[in-house]
Amino acid sequence: MTVAKRIIPCLDVDNGKVVKGRHFVELREAGEPVELATRYRDEGADELVFLDITATVESRNTLYDVVRNVAEVLDIPFTVGGGIRSIEDAYKILRNGADKISINTMAVEKPEIIKELSIKYGAQCVVVAIDAKRTYRTKSGFEVYTHGARVPRNIDALEWAKRVEELGAGEILLTSIDRDGTKEGYDLELTSLISSNVNIPVIASGGGGTLEHIYEALTLGKADAALAASIFHYKEYTIREVKEYLKRRGVMVRL
Amino acid sequence: MIFAVIDYGASNMFSLIASLKRANVQVKIVDERERLEKYSAIILPGVGNFTSAVQKISNLKNEILDAVAKGTYIFGICLGMQLLFNESEEGQGEGLSIFRGKVVKFPKTIKVPHMGWNLVEPQGYSLLLSDFERERWAYFAHSYYPNPSNNNIVKGITHYGIKFVSVVEEGNIFGTQFHPEKSGEFGRRIIKNFVEYVRR
Repeated sequence: MTVAKRIIPCLDVDNGKVVKGRHFVELREAGEPVELATRYRDEGADELVFLDITATVESRNTLYDVVRNVAEVLDIPFTVGGGIRSIEDAYKILRNGADKISINTMAVEKPEIIKELSIKYGAQCVVVAIDAKRTYRTKSGFEVYTHGARVPRNIDALEWAKRVEELGAGEILLTSIDRDGTKEGYDLELTSLISSNVNIPVIASGGGGTLEHIYEALTLGKADAALAASIFHYKEYTIREVKEYLKRRGVMVRL
Repeated sequence: MIFAVIDYGASNMFSLIASLKRANVQVKIVDERERLEKYSAIILPGVGNFTSAVQKISNLKNEILDAVAKGTYIFGICLGMQLLFNESEEGQGEGLSIFRGKVVKFPKTIKVPHMGWNLVEPQGYSLLLSDFERERWAYFAHSYYPNPSNNNIVKGITHYGIKFVSVVEEGNIFGTQFHPEKSGEFGRRIIKNFVEYVRR
């Protein structure tokens, strides 16, 4: 298999602007989505993820404009998630130019919607985001949370990952709540557990702070892609630097 | 120069249309029956399910086949390339059958969909890949791929567990299993090559 390991910057969008911060808390404004998207593309990003972090009714309509503006200039794939509550929301986002939609809370509450979306639009544009946290309550030791990582669901993350694959998800965006924003490295145990037990690509997210962390996620963690936000926003590393490092360590990347 | 982009409901045409516009092409979205010879080229875009796409284009099938028979250029992308063939393991229905062959699913032993960046290796002379001698990264998102009966139409191959056909080309008919509109610089060049060829 020769599919390249992907490096995916994540852009949190609030009311039409990209904000940076620790994913779920402490927001700071960072700029125009189109500008950042093209900058990341030129640096060699393989894909982008836009997350509507407020997802109010007003920001929804702004989001469609953002999606359209980004799609007009961007010739790499991008995923849009956050606050997708119906198949119509998903359709509007795809119709405005996104390549994939990422669903989380809606998937947990109405799992059949994964199947519906997958049949209607194809599995390749259905990303199920799983926010998981370490726990003693579930068999695998990881529990699914929804509503921006605020609400524990008493669902085993491993069982849920297998289920979403069965229902037709094309990809899993797996965030470790414990590691998110810490820059202590991805949760390799969680990532490899899910990656080894599903047959769809897994994007590791939460905790990436160094080149070594990204390397670990893609090798020990068996992830197909690594998502990172702050290390790119704060220009600690460029995407090219990450990819050159990975290539030197023998990881197949698009350079 | 106007290209007809066939709308079969579910597909994400926005970025494809944007990429054609960036190549200075005007676009007409066609979703109901009309004659197609008047367009410089027909584009079959690429996201969705084979069976529902076949159903959606059934009212345009004759118009597409007529135009292609008269020499209108056609370019199928991803599912659009698969629609050029006879049938698919994804579901029932007959494709356009412009090329002979069946669309099949990747073996169960590998991760599907095949999603992400993979290498396209040029095979023989190709208009789409005329600038490229060695392999290039292209963006794929699919679970099925076509097995053409005629090897001469194969202009690019890709490895993903198995070897499969990623570029086909014959006369006025073109197809890529990857998304040129999502393949960065490489994709831009392919779209440019196609547009320039049609313009000549």
